[in-house]
Amino acid sequence: MQSRATNSPTPGGTAASASAAPTTVSGEFLLDVRGVAKHFGELAVLVGVDLLVPRGSVVTVLGKSGTGKSVFLKCLAGIVTPDAGEIRFDGHALNAANAVARAEFRRRCSYLFQSNALFDSLTALENVALPLESTTQVPNFEIRARSLEALRQLELDRFRDAHPGELSGGMQKRLALARAIVTRPELVLFDEPTAGLDPLRRNTVFEMIAKYQRQLNFTAVLVTHDVPEALAVSDRIALLDSGRMRFQGSPAEFARSDDPTVHAFRDSAATLRDTIAAVRRGEAPLSAD
Amino acid sequence: MLETLGRTSLAVVGELGDFALFFGQSFASAVGSRKLGRRIMRALYEQGVRCLPVIVIVGLFTGLVLGLQGYYVLNRYGSTSVLGELVSLTLIRELGPVLAALMLVGQAGSALAAELGIQRNSEQIAALETMGASPHAYLIAPRLIAAAVSFPIQTVFFSLIGIWGGFLSGSLLLPLSGGVYWASVHASVRGPDVRECFIKAVVFGLLTTAICAHNGYNTHRRSRTTGARAVSASTTRAVVVSSIAVLAADYVITSLLVGN
Repeated sequence: MQSRATNSPTPGGTAASASAAPTTVSGEFLLDVRGVAKHFGELAVLVGVDLLVPRGSVVTVLGKSGTGKSVFLKCLAGIVTPDAGEIRFDGHALNAANAVARAEFRRRCSYLFQSNALFDSLTALENVALPLESTTQVPNFEIRARSLEALRQLELDRFRDAHPGELSGGMQKRLALARAIVTRPELVLFDEPTAGLDPLRRNTVFEMIAKYQRQLNFTAVLVTHDVPEALAVSDRIALLDSGRMRFQGSPAEFARSDDPTVHAFRDSAATLRDTIAAVRRGEAPLSAD
Repeated sequence: MLETLGRTSLAVVGELGDFALFFGQSFASAVGSRKLGRRIMRALYEQGVRCLPVIVIVGLFTGLVLGLQGYYVLNRYGSTSVLGELVSLTLIRELGPVLAALMLVGQAGSALAAELGIQRNSEQIAALETMGASPHAYLIAPRLIAAAVSFPIQTVFFSLIGIWGGFLSGSLLLPLSGGVYWASVHASVRGPDVRECFIKAVVFGLLTTAICAHNGYNTHRRSRTTGARAVSASTTRAVVVSSIAVLAADYVITSLLVGN
C-alpha cells in the first residue's frame, strides 16, 4: 500500500505505450493500471495495458470487438486475474491485496454487466437491496429506504415489485444501474452499457451515466463502441488495440489525433459513407473484406 | 497407459479436493449470513413442498409392489404373517432413504444444477462476486441446510406411505388380515432401524445437494461446450453422479451400521 511519485496523464493525447506511462500520485488517480497482460491458452488478449483514471472522471475505453475491452474491465473488477502487471486502486495494489483489502475494494467498486446480470427470481426492489443485504450491516429499514431511493432516482419506483423479466431492456439497464449505485461506490465499471439498445435508449443510458456521475460523484470507466456518445460523456478516452492502449487523452485530443487506428475508429461512419458512395458510383470494387 | 492412469488419478483427487473445499466453504459461509432463514425457507419449499407429490406417488407404488411380491414369496413358506415386517424394514432401512433420495435428485437436484448453471452463464454469480457477496452463502448454504431437514422428512413420508401401500396390497387386494399386518409392523420396527433411516437420509441429502450444486456452480469449468449445452451437460452429470453417490454411500453406511 504505497504511493508513488506522479505526473498528470499524458498531455496532448498520445499513442500510449507501457514505457510512456507516467508515474502517479494515488490522490490524483483513483485507478492506475500498469502493464496488465492476460492470455487465454495460446491467445494473448492483453499484452501490457496501461491506464490512468483520474478521480471523479469518466474514462471511456474504446476498441474493436474482440480486442479484450471486457476482459480488461473484468481484470479491473477482479473477476479475471491478470497474468502480469499491476492494478492500483487508490494507491493500493490489488494484485497483492489480502482478502480484507479485496473486500474493501469490492465495497467501494460496482460493476455494471453487459448482460445486466440481474437475479430473475428477485423483484426489482430485492435486486437493488441485494448488495446492501449481502455485504453490509446496514439495518433492514435503511436498506429498504436506500433501495427505494435508488429506484426512485432511476424512475423505477413504480416497478419495485416487478421481476426483471417483466421489464423492458432499457428499464433492466436502469435497474442494473440502480443496483450499482445503491452502495454509493467510488468507482463504477460499465461493460458496454448500451449494447443492444436503440439510439434513443442509448442516449438515455449515457445521459443517466453523466447525470448520476455528477450527482453521486463516482469515478466511471466505460467500455463501449459508441464513439460520438463516448466523446460527449467522457473526460478521457482510451483506445485499446492489439492488446495495448493505442491512445489515451481528452475527447478533444481524440478528435484531433492523426494516429491511423484512432482515425479509422473515429471516422468509421464517414469512411463507410464514402465507400458506399464510391461503390454506388461504380468507382470502388466490391470486396469480400 | 501408466501416464493416463496417473493423470486420471490426479484429476480425480483434484476433483475430490475441490468438492471438499466447496462443501466446507458453503457451510462456513453461512455463519453471519443475513436473511439466511428466508432463503432456507425458500429452499425448503423447493425441496420439500414441490417434491412431495412425487414422493407420495412413488412411495405408494413401491409399497404396493413390495406388498404383492412379499406376499407371494412368503406364502410359499407359510409366513405371510410377517409381511408387515418385510415391507416396513425394507422401506425404513433401505428403499425409503434410497428411493426418496433418487426422486429428490431427479426433481430438486436437477433443478438446482440447472438453476446454478444458468446463473453462472448469465453472470449472476459473477455479479455476486463483484458485489463482494459470497455466492456460497447466498446460493449454496441455504440449499444444503434445507436438504439436511427436508430429506429426512421426505424419507419419513415415503416410508410411511410405502408401509400403507403394503397394507393395501396385503390386506385389501390379498387375504391377509389388517391386524396381523400392523401387528407385524409394530413388532419389528426398532429404534436403530429408524436411526439408520435418518442417518442415511441426512447423508444422502447433503451429498446429493452438494454434488448438484457443485456441478451447476462450475458449469463453465466442467464442460467443453458453452451456453445451454453446458447447462444441459452439467445437469446430466449432476444427476448421474448423485445417483451413483447415493448407492455407494448406502453401501458404506449399511456396512458400518450393520457391522456395529
